[in-house]
Parts: sequence; structure tokens; C-alpha cells
Amino acid sequence: MDFLNALALITNYILLPGFTYGSQLALGALGVTLIYAVLRFSNFAHGELMSFGAMICILFTWLGQSYGINFGVLPTALIFLPIAIGFTALYCFFVEKFVFAYYRRKKSDPIIFLIASIGVMFFTAGLIRFIIGPSDQNFNDGVRFIFNVREFKAFTGLDEGFGLKTSQAITILTTMILCSILFVFLNKTRTGKSMRAFSDNEDLALLSGIDPNKVVLLTWVIAGGLATFAGVLYGLDKIYKPFIFLQMLLPIFSAAIVGGVGNPIGAVVGGYVIALSELFVTFAYRKVLAYLLPESMEPSGMMQFLSTDYKFAVSFIILVIVLIVRPTGIFRGKTI
Amino acid sequence: MNDVLRRSLVFSTFAVAIVFIGFLQSWNVALGIFNLCLISATMALGVNIQLGYAGIFNAGVMGFAALGGLSAVIISYKPVSETISLGGLGILICILILLLGSVLGVIVYKSNLSQAYKKILFPLIIIVVLLSLNLIGAPAVERIEAFEPAASGFLGGFGLPIILSWIVGGVIAGLVAYLIGKITLGLRSDYLAIATLGIAEVIIYILKNEDWLTRGVKNVNGLPRPVPYEIDLQESTWFIELCKNFGFPLVETSSIVVKLSYCFLFSIVVLTLFILSEVALKSPWGRMMRAIRDNEISARAMGKNVKARHLEIFILGSAIIGLAGAMLTTLEGQFTPTTYQPLRFTFTVWVMVIIGGTGNNYGSLIGGFLVWFLWVEAEPLGLYLVELITSPLSETNPLRIQLITNAAHMRYMMMGLLLLLVLRFAPKGIFPEGR
Repeated sequence: MDFLNALALITNYILLPGFTYGSQLALGALGVTLIYAVLRFSNFAHGELMSFGAMICILFTWLGQSYGINFGVLPTALIFLPIAIGFTALYCFFVEKFVFAYYRRKKSDPIIFLIASIGVMFFTAGLIRFIIGPSDQNFNDGVRFIFNVREFKAFTGLDEGFGLKTSQAITILTTMILCSILFVFLNKTRTGKSMRAFSDNEDLALLSGIDPNKVVLLTWVIAGGLATFAGVLYGLDKIYKPFIFLQMLLPIFSAAIVGGVGNPIGAVVGGYVIALSELFVTFAYRKVLAYLLPESMEPSGMMQFLSTDYKFAVSFIILVIVLIVRPTGIFRGKTI
Repeated sequence: MNDVLRRSLVFSTFAVAIVFIGFLQSWNVALGIFNLCLISATMALGVNIQLGYAGIFNAGVMGFAALGGLSAVIISYKPVSETISLGGLGILICILILLLGSVLGVIVYKSNLSQAYKKILFPLIIIVVLLSLNLIGAPAVERIEAFEPAASGFLGGFGLPIILSWIVGGVIAGLVAYLIGKITLGLRSDYLAIATLGIAEVIIYILKNEDWLTRGVKNVNGLPRPVPYEIDLQESTWFIELCKNFGFPLVETSSIVVKLSYCFLFSIVVLTLFILSEVALKSPWGRMMRAIRDNEISARAMGKNVKARHLEIFILGSAIIGLAGAMLTTLEGQFTPTTYQPLRFTFTVWVMVIIGGTGNNYGSLIGGFLVWFLWVEAEPLGLYLVELITSPLSETNPLRIQLITNAAHMRYMMMGLLLLLVLRFAPKGIFPEGR
């Protein structure tokens, strides 16, 4: 019984939030990794792309709500997600056309691409703050919990319990579906295979008649779509803050690098590794240990490795360790 | 000659812009902008040493600037004797433990023990250090932070003149850069940018959360100044006499005098650094750096120790950024960790260097000046533009109100556009790097 109590505690405070946050990171890292695989640069604007997608979704949600549209128990934002994806993909299309296409033609150094992506980041950040303002927006209507802690306790008779938020269930399910679609697309379809071929060896891909412009545009559209999903799901789960997305760049890059840059499976695994370790390291184990250890050994302190304020530092430390010990990442991606 | 003409033309345009602001808005505003321009130029010089001389992408500018700010607090704030007696000893022991731990770590690393031993010893040292820090540090920190948390709750500083912190800020930033550089400089450019971005975030998190050191988000106010206070000037007889003789308004003149004294101090720093950087760039050392940047492999073939040179330049550049950070905190008179944001501190400085011309010190100066000028003036300009565009709408139109309140954020858009345009159409910047 004590063991089950401890498990419920860990599920509530580490596993569920960890898998939710990990899913959001995984979607973000997938976008970064795809851009890296095909265009060969680290896209610093990716965080702002997520923010952009979420913003469009919020604007349409407000519009929809003013006409009385809602999605019952689910958040209204989900209805307008496709529109937001369309807009973000269009924005990515313009960014590629007006910014990156030129450097691609000139075969510029990756670092020039990186600087250009910082320009795009600045512009997008300004655009977002100009349109929606710098303050927080809560746009999650719908039912908050599928079942909450109290209901769980009553149902199972345990002392501790966990609640499942609607946003958590949506995030984890959506990520599973999206990843499966993406992997089927990359491995089974002709277009997906041409993308992989282009990423593996550009010259050979060109020789075999793959249209580079098509591949690049498609990559941007997919990255934009994934970014929108990540941004909206993050906003639904926590809250939409324009400035938080620049801070999320670090865990997202860490996830991509830890998994192996340019490797989609690595990006997903990396997202979960980063998110779970952030929570495992900053969780206070006092109550859990109280259940697991005999009474005489009950700990007096919080039993916390690191204060919760240093969550972001964890992803950074993991990044540094991976960079030193295994620079190609867990799944042997490319080295930058 | 062409170069000189070009430089004087660009710099005098900037001077005209400042004078223009002086007449149009007020001399106070103009000088305020110019002081920050000088600080920006210092930061840009630091980044230029890294980015321009050696091609090192340091995305952690914000962190080093914040370390400079921290040093301003530690050097200048008067010691809080109560908290020192409460927890000073604990903190001191913690610092000693940390030092001892790192020394032990280095000894183990350098020793000829087998890998298996090292794999056990390293985590052991880390765990022991962390545990003892928790046991000794946590209660001390708790006692310190519990002491009058609304007014104090931190250790204070040494109560020394704040000018000293400019040097100390540089030294602290340089030391941290040494540690960071040791770990990350072997990485290729993208990774280095990401890693340094992360380090800056971590530094800011520490400054925000270690209340015993910095008061965290409660900010440290009222740092002493290296220049006289306006109120003192207004009460001293010689100053009143002076104003009366020349017919200057008393209050405004006092604040202009204060700003001018800051301007004088900052100008000395900027000029010294500029001359030193120019000399370094033209020296064999500077040529070697550019050779390494342009072709690392042949430089290595010539027997140059690329890694050591990169570390050297990373420390040097970061130290200058730290110095600029200390100057900024001195000017503001307060330390607010929440204002350190990567867009404002890291990437804007990059824009300065790239627009001015990477690798050219004149470029960093003018880049720092111009970009900061635009950064400040973008707000009134953006507001004017938005009002012009939305003028057909009625005064109470919600869209118009929304756009006008958000107009200040046009500056990010402008920075982005500026960077993209310069990168595309004049990738060498205003002053291209000379040969």
C-alpha cells in the first residue's frame, strides 16, 4: 500500500507533468532537428515560431468564442489549430522565400544561416508582441481535469493520488499520433524518402532528380506545423507567455542534441529525457521516502537535489555532459 | 584617405543625430542616450574581439554583463554586519568547500589513477561537496535571508568605491569565461552558441534565486555613485553661483552635469579599450588571431595552439563585457536581475557588431552607438508611425488602442529587419574589416 502511495505521488508530480512537458519539447525538438537535417543550421527562431503559431491560434479562438463556438469539454483552441498551422506554415514559407533561399543559393556558411535565423527571431518576437502584447494569455476553456486527485483517492482508497488534466491527456495523445504520422511519412512515402535522401547526401539526391526547393519548402511547412502544435499545447497546459519561448529554446536544443541532431527518433527521446530529468532532479522526495522507508529512517530535510528554480539549469547540465562525453548524442546524429 | 573620410562622415552623422535630439527633446535625454551608447559600444567591442577577431560565437553576453552588475553590488554596497554575523561564516566555509572540491577534482583528473578509480572518485567528490554545502550552507542562507527580508536579507558588499567594480567585474567575468571556455570552446560554432546561451540563462537563474547574494528579484537599490548627486549639487553654493552667473536653470543643469561626469568616465574607458583593441588587432597577435579564424587548419600547421588562443580571446572579450555590465549597473544605481533578457543583452549586441562590421573596431563603436540610438528612438518613432497608420480609425477603436499600446515593441521588429537587411545587402557592415 505504501508503495502504491509513493507511486501515485511520483505519477502526479513527475511522470504525468514530465511526459506532458517532454511531449511539448519533443515536438519542438523535432522541428529543430528536421531543419538541421535538411538545411544544416540551428534555427534560433524556432521558439518564436512556436509562439507565433500559438498566437494565431489564440486570436482565432477569441474570434470563435465571440461567435459562441466551443468544443464542449475540450478546449476551443483545438478547432482552430489547423488554421493556425496554415498561417504558421505560410509564415515559414515567406521566411524561406525572403531570407533563407538567398543564402541557400549562395551556399553560405551555416553560421550565416544562424545569424539570419536570429534576425528572423527578432522580427517574429516583435511581430508577436506588437499584435498580442507582452502579457500572459490564458485560453484554455474546456474542462480542466479528466479526474482530479480527490476523485482518484475516493476511487482507489489510497492516501495519495494523481489527477489527470485534460491538457495533459491531449498533449501526450497528440504527440504520439503526430510522431507516428511523421515516422510513417519519413520512412514509407516517396516524398518523405526524398527528404531523407536530401538530408543524407545533397549531391546524390540532386543527381537522382529530387527537387531541392520542394524538399526545403516541405521541411519548413512540417517544422512550422510541429512548432504550432508545440506552442499551442504548451500554452494550453501552462499559460501563453510571449517571452517564455526564448527560454524554451535551451531545453529544445538540448533535447535535439541529446538525442542526436538530425535524428527524429533522437529528438523525441531527447525531449522526454530532458523533461523527466528536470523533474526528477528538482522533486522533493521527502514524502515519497516517508512511504518507502521504515519509520525510524524518515528523512527530516526536503530531500531535493536542486531547488525547482533551477529547472532550466538541469537541461543545460545534461547538454554539457552529452557534448563532452558523446557529442553525437544518444542516437548518433550528425555533429554540428 | 577614403577610410578616414568614410569614418568621419558616419561618426559626424551620429553626432548630428544626438545634437538633434538635444534640441528637439532635451539635452538630458540626449546625454542619457549617449551614456548608454557608450556602454553599448563597450559591449560591442568585447563581442567584436570574440566574433570579429576569432569567429567565436558567444551567445552568453547577457550572463557576463550580469556578472559585472553583480560585482558592482558586491564591491560598492556597504556590508550588512547583522547578516554577516548570522551567516557569514557558513557562506565562507561553503566557498572554501567549493574551492577544495574543485582542487580535489582537478588533482584526481590530472593524476595517473586508472579510469575505473576516476569514475568512482568524481561522483564521490561531487556528492560529498553537495551534501556538505546543503548541511552548512542551507541553514546559513536561511538565517541571512530571514533577516529583515523587506529591506535587507543579504550579505551586502565590501563598501568600496564603485569604480573598482569595473575592474573586478571584468576579472569575475574573465574567470567564469575561463571555466566555460575550458568546457565549451572545443565545440563547433553552433554548439558553442547554444552552450553559451545556456550558461547565460543559468547565471541569471542563480542571480535571481540566491537571495543571500543579490536579494534576487527584490533587487538591490541605492548603489553609491562615482559622481556627485544632483541634490548635493543643487545645495552647494559654488554650483548655485555658477548657474546664476550663466543663467542656467538649476535643477536641469545639475542633472546634466551628473550625466556629463558619467559621460567623461565612460569615454575614458571606451577610448582606452578602443586604442588597446586597435593596437592588439594590428599587432602580430591580432594577425595570428585572424589567421586562425580564416583557416584554422593551416594556422595549426604553422604550430599555433588554436585552443589556447581561442580560450585567451574568449576570456578577454568576456572580461570587457563584464566591465560594461558593471558600468551599466553603476549608471543605473541599482541591480535588477529580471531586466537581463537575451533579446536585449545578447542578440542586440550581436546586431551592433554585425551592423558596424565584424572585425572592425570602428565598426563596433558606431554599431553600438547607432543601434542603441535606434533602440531608444524606435519607441517614439514606432508610436508616430502607428498613429499615422491608424489615424483613419476612431479614437476609441479597440484595434487602434491595442496597436498604440504595443507600438513600443516595434523595436524588436526593427532590429530583426535591420539585421536581415544588413546581412543580405551589406554583409560586411558599415565599416568592412580592413586588410
